[in-house]
Amino acid sequence: MTEVAVPFRVLPHLTDRTAAFWQGGESGELRFHRCRSCGFWLHPPVPICSACGSSDVAPEAVSGRARVLTFTTNYQAWMPGPELPYVVAIVAIEEDPRVRLTTNIVGCSPEEVRIDMPVEVVFEHHPDPDGDIWIPLFMPIREASS
Amino acid sequence: MTTDIEKFERRSHITGIGQSEIGRRLYRDPLALTIEACRAAITDAGLKPEDIDGLSTYPGMLDGGPGFNGANATEVQDAMRLELDWFDSGVETSGQLGSVIKACMAVGAGLANHVLCFRSVWEGSAQKGGGRPPIGGGGAGFRASGSLQWTLPFAAPSAAIWVAMFAARHFHEFGTTREQLAEIALNGRRHAARNPHAIYRDPLSLDDYMAARMISWPFCLLDCDVPCDGATAFVVSRDERAKDTPHPAIRVEAVGTALRGRPSWDQFDDLTTMANRDAATHLWSRTDLKPADVDVAQIYDGFSFLALSWLEALGFCKVGEGGPFIAGGERISLEGELPMNTHGGQLSAGRLHGYGFLHEAVLQLRGDAGPRQVAGSPQVAVAAAGGGNTCGCLLVCRD
Repeated sequence: MTEVAVPFRVLPHLTDRTAAFWQGGESGELRFHRCRSCGFWLHPPVPICSACGSSDVAPEAVSGRARVLTFTTNYQAWMPGPELPYVVAIVAIEEDPRVRLTTNIVGCSPEEVRIDMPVEVVFEHHPDPDGDIWIPLFMPIREASS
Repeated sequence: MTTDIEKFERRSHITGIGQSEIGRRLYRDPLALTIEACRAAITDAGLKPEDIDGLSTYPGMLDGGPGFNGANATEVQDAMRLELDWFDSGVETSGQLGSVIKACMAVGAGLANHVLCFRSVWEGSAQKGGGRPPIGGGGAGFRASGSLQWTLPFAAPSAAIWVAMFAARHFHEFGTTREQLAEIALNGRRHAARNPHAIYRDPLSLDDYMAARMISWPFCLLDCDVPCDGATAFVVSRDERAKDTPHPAIRVEAVGTALRGRPSWDQFDDLTTMANRDAATHLWSRTDLKPADVDVAQIYDGFSFLALSWLEALGFCKVGEGGPFIAGGERISLEGELPMNTHGGQLSAGRLHGYGFLHEAVLQLRGDAGPRQVAGSPQVAVAAAGGGNTCGCLLVCRD
């Protein structure tokens, strides 16, 4: 797994519903809640399927591949965080474009980011006494040269 | 489905409007500002505080950041010793003007005769020129929960970033440009020059705009509204109590309150539109009037793109055509076919948070807008507020 420099980040408060998402990175997995009855992806996680009403929902790993739907290059220092400027993007996961994440695009310069660009997840590990957190960030998928 | 039932809007009139002193940083007690606006609105309606039997405000008790809320409903009820049959506040409603819509519902339902509505901010003083403090105080122990956990860990704590991503998608799909977006800011500034209460009144050129500091592309500083101190209040009266008022009563023709898409900044189905799409569609389903009947438009510009998005949602142009619609600025100027944000909007007249737009709509319909009065006795105005995940709008008419 590619390691990236770890800036200060506000960490999420873990709950039974959200822990699978925020700690999936420990196993290298990007996980979302999914209905085991009808297959509908549920994000943010909820305990009952929004499509069929089933209570049989559970976290499931996805490929980690996604596509940039939109992004902004941020120049304003709102709070301690990544070095300016940094890219905030909304990405849609490969498995279902209705499932999105607000995230940062890393591993390239802001000038290289494009809408529709294919990206893949990379986790940023934040040790924490209340339970370690793995923040899912995304980086461009580099085509292997033949 | 709503055509065969009596619409509560028909019983609702705006009989009084009031504003406090407004400034970038007044360093005054926000409750005093609030009561100043409330008293002004009550007097403007030809009423006394004892006539008020309803109270409605946005957002009520909420930690929305320094200065976001100048007074709660119960603080005003107590300070003015109001005797109320109905009161309400809350942030989970159809945008800031959702609180006025609820007042219309209360008079329509017979729960109250005269509802006082207010929105009070003191973000200018509370931020003391030092900018917003870090969310959660910046302490290492702070944890994001609820919807904020999906943005704060990614260093995206501001609506500037969230809305910028909608604007960027609009630019991508439709070829919208920063020069077009600039017209929202330039139009507001031209109008603010005629508004003695506006925060920024100095002339602004396209060159100034293009040279301004970038915040989150495509937004520069001039695409973001200016925090200020001030309160705005209205009196909403039941129809039989709206006669013989000092000013012409302004009738509420229709409201838009719908929430149909996902109430989320990143899960919304179409990243070029927002919740305004459904609120605006809902508004037109409750009236026989059409977008072409609107004489003046007072449209939320907390970020410039929100106004462009509202123009499309309200049907003044098609989705995707907002850029060309406002290009050059003539169409939305005081002399244009759709005069917009005639007081300067929040970009230049200050972030009075939604209520400033309805205040200006009423002034224009009364013909009391002074140097910025739209010619030709405007009869129909739209006031739209909110952006992103919750929105609401009202169509108001001169009787």
